[in-house]
Amino acid sequence: MAEEKKDLITLESGEMAQPFNWTAGVYGSKFLTELRDNKKFVGVKCPKCGKVYVPPRRVCGPCFEELTELVPVSDEGELITFTVVSFGFVDPATGAQKAVPYGYAAIMLDGSDTVLLHYVNETDPAKIKIGARVKAVFEEQRTGSLLDIKHFELI
Amino acid sequence: MEAVAIVGAAMTRIERERKADGYADLVYEATRAALDDAGMSIDQIDNVVTVSNDFFDGRTISSMAIMDACGSYDKNVTTVEGDGTFGAFFGLMRVLSGSYGTTLVCAHHKGSESQMPLITNAMFDPIYARMLGIEAITSSALQARAYMTKYGISEEQCALVSVKNHGNAFKNPVAQLPLELTVEKVMSSPYIADPIKLLDCCPISDGASAIILATEERAKKITDKPVWAKGVAHCSTAYHLGDHELHDVSALEEAAKKAYSMAGIKDPAKEIDLVELYDAFTYMEPLWLEGLGFCEQGGGGKLTESGKTAAAGELPVNVSGGCLSGNPVLAAGLNRMIECALQIRGDAGEHQVDGVKTALAHGINGPCGQSHCVWVLGGEK
Amino acid sequence: MGKRVAVTGVGMTRQRSARPDVTGQELINEAVRMALADAGMTRKDIDAVVIGNMDHFEGVNYVDTWSVDGSGALMKPIMKLTTGGTTGSTIAMAAYYHVASGLFDRVLAIGWEKNSESDTTGAIITAFDPFWDRPIFAGAVAGLALEATAYMHATGATEEDAAYVAVRERKHALNNPYAHLHLNMTIEDVMNSPYLSWPVKMGDMCPRTDGACALVFASEDVADDFPIKPAWVLGVADRHLWAYTSDPYLDFKTGEAWFPAMQKSARDVYDRVGITDPLEQFDVAELYLPYSFAGLRYMESLGFCGKGEAPALTRAGTFDMGGKCPVNPSGGVMSSNAIGATAIIRVAEAAWQIQGRAEDRQVPDVKLALATGFGGCFWSDILVLGKEKPEKARG
Repeated sequence: MAEEKKDLITLESGEMAQPFNWTAGVYGSKFLTELRDNKKFVGVKCPKCGKVYVPPRRVCGPCFEELTELVPVSDEGELITFTVVSFGFVDPATGAQKAVPYGYAAIMLDGSDTVLLHYVNETDPAKIKIGARVKAVFEEQRTGSLLDIKHFELI
Repeated sequence: MEAVAIVGAAMTRIERERKADGYADLVYEATRAALDDAGMSIDQIDNVVTVSNDFFDGRTISSMAIMDACGSYDKNVTTVEGDGTFGAFFGLMRVLSGSYGTTLVCAHHKGSESQMPLITNAMFDPIYARMLGIEAITSSALQARAYMTKYGISEEQCALVSVKNHGNAFKNPVAQLPLELTVEKVMSSPYIADPIKLLDCCPISDGASAIILATEERAKKITDKPVWAKGVAHCSTAYHLGDHELHDVSALEEAAKKAYSMAGIKDPAKEIDLVELYDAFTYMEPLWLEGLGFCEQGGGGKLTESGKTAAAGELPVNVSGGCLSGNPVLAAGLNRMIECALQIRGDAGEHQVDGVKTALAHGINGPCGQSHCVWVLGGEK
Repeated sequence: MGKRVAVTGVGMTRQRSARPDVTGQELINEAVRMALADAGMTRKDIDAVVIGNMDHFEGVNYVDTWSVDGSGALMKPIMKLTTGGTTGSTIAMAAYYHVASGLFDRVLAIGWEKNSESDTTGAIITAFDPFWDRPIFAGAVAGLALEATAYMHATGATEEDAAYVAVRERKHALNNPYAHLHLNMTIEDVMNSPYLSWPVKMGDMCPRTDGACALVFASEDVADDFPIKPAWVLGVADRHLWAYTSDPYLDFKTGEAWFPAMQKSARDVYDRVGITDPLEQFDVAELYLPYSFAGLRYMESLGFCGKGEAPALTRAGTFDMGGKCPVNPSGGVMSSNAIGATAIIRVAEAAWQIQGRAEDRQVPDVKLALATGFGGCFWSDILVLGKEKPEKARG
């Protein structure tokens, strides 16, 4: 079949990519290597307000203090909110269609004062409750990425 | 214009690669240092203007990542996408509006994380220009050739800029690339895009910088060495490279004219003591000096040859080493302002020029200096 | 002290799903020409231009310099600002500060987007941290769904309550020829639409749109010289509290159901303008509500009612045309969302309402109007426009 000749021309960029080599920073790297090597979570504690940030970050926004004290936090925590993603979309990290549906949640790990976003292994919203307890499940092969955590499971 | 002063200014060391630190870390370092320079705490900052670019940072809404780092929590904060000189201009307007007594302006760049030609290629028209591979260096080469042909500027004259600015960088502890060069060395460096050779180009850099602007009332309480904004203006010419003569710098002339008028400057060559301009490529220094009115059109090459623009000359230009010695894009223009401020304060250390009362800082946006911003700063209100 | 500032010209393209008949510059130019004609100006009269969009939706770097053929900025000052979803309100505020500074009398503010030129969800995902957010983030829809779930949990609000917001916005859009979606939907239609990300359904969400909007901002020195009555900008405010996409959900732990950045931003501008009872004082509101649940939580955070009270007021028609304070007579963001233009369109609609020029969607006798922007990690911009010239510049 002959290709349709369009009068209004659009230009496809093709597989245009802008490769980047982002830095995780010293504390971010520590968080990721702990996941990779020990299946453990670390956070960083604000010297002023005492808030523990997970994943670690350099600055406490409200206090404008530099954070230096790494502290261990639990691999279990509380579910703060959740959704079940069911619309199809292209994952820009992989260029492939993301497999749906999947559970997606904001989780506050025990010992942390911030929330971590990750998958939860349940796709029926009726079976998930805010305030539920969850625990991290790790991948067998870990590379130093947030996806070294396979998902959180409801406990 | 009511009096507004720079009361704090700082930049990180400019380096080829700050591997351990993300750009938010660089911003924190610069912000903290600017606050220390002013002797201020973050709660004395009334509002924040960040400067970033989604392409250079590799993420949409690039300013999001630095919201903690720039101290903007619970403040009015916004983002100018362009050179730091433009961000500072917006920061100035927020003070002049009467809404805020102080504005912190920060800018950052991590050139080490990205592919610069791909990013600057995206400045050009996707339908008519990009597929030809044009980007910052090739477009600048077109401009350099147009300029040199029109006015008989020689490659040797451009090479002198490289020798001078890289030499100046030895006395600037934050400069990335001090180099002991000769015209011969520059001339024998390989062509990147004729007539631009390797040693005519700025390096790729990581760095961040921050300044604090304040009303007169606040400035007097903060510092006994305020650096006053005497005049500032910016202007853009046409986009498509074929829509204007590339040697024509009327947008810069227009911006300079307005800034001089605000500052009450009639003869820039006599009244301005020092210039920090955006020399991403060597030919830009003589060309911009013409546009700024320091010599007649086509006289930039001879001005450079005369030695007047050397650190010890009558009109020192890029005593810091300029962008040629370290170019964290976007932060680079803010760095020009910071260098002027330090010179006016007498705080420039080893590269201090005697008796700097009035200085000019310059930044650009877009290809071939399509849009120029000119600041006149002074020690006297 | 700064100058008083007014909106004295409005231009806007019809918001459409895709505009392959124009380039970005041409799309911008449609809005610019309309705004200039409305203000009785030519390109020569513009003192400065501010422009904004989100880079990765069109893949153009340095949009300020790229735009000059369309924006009219040739041999003029042009500056780009960008802050994600709030870009449009950022641009409006930037134009406000340009004029208030006393440096410029007539400033053109342009917000635009051609969302049809890229994958919107993909580009939104790249807004977030490559290490902590991006690997598991699913764009704005899922991010908002997390908010909806937590809001329902905190207040007892239901999916049906949200559907009332969706139906209202879509019904209002039927009166607006500029709106992208003209959908006559019922509560059942919304409730029966497929889940995108539980509890958010197709009927709850905004579309992706191509469009541009341009406004002329003028100083008190020249504001009376225009053919249309000025709509005065009485106050502007902005708050960004967070840096990571996960941070806003923390607010549900510490602040229960409120949206703290919006509350703080509202407090800032309300104090400057003298708003103590928004529901009583505002005659109309054009709010950045990207999905239906926002029409509940944000009304409460803006102080229109107490926590958990928005559903009952919404069902009672308080925010409908003819209600106590109509919200989004234009149909709002749920009916048109050309992201960089979206929040400046709120300001444009508010100006039209103040000037009595909103045609079939005009609310009678508007003296005070509220416009908002929303974006980033729950960033909040607020502008208040009024019919009467303020006694003094408020900053």
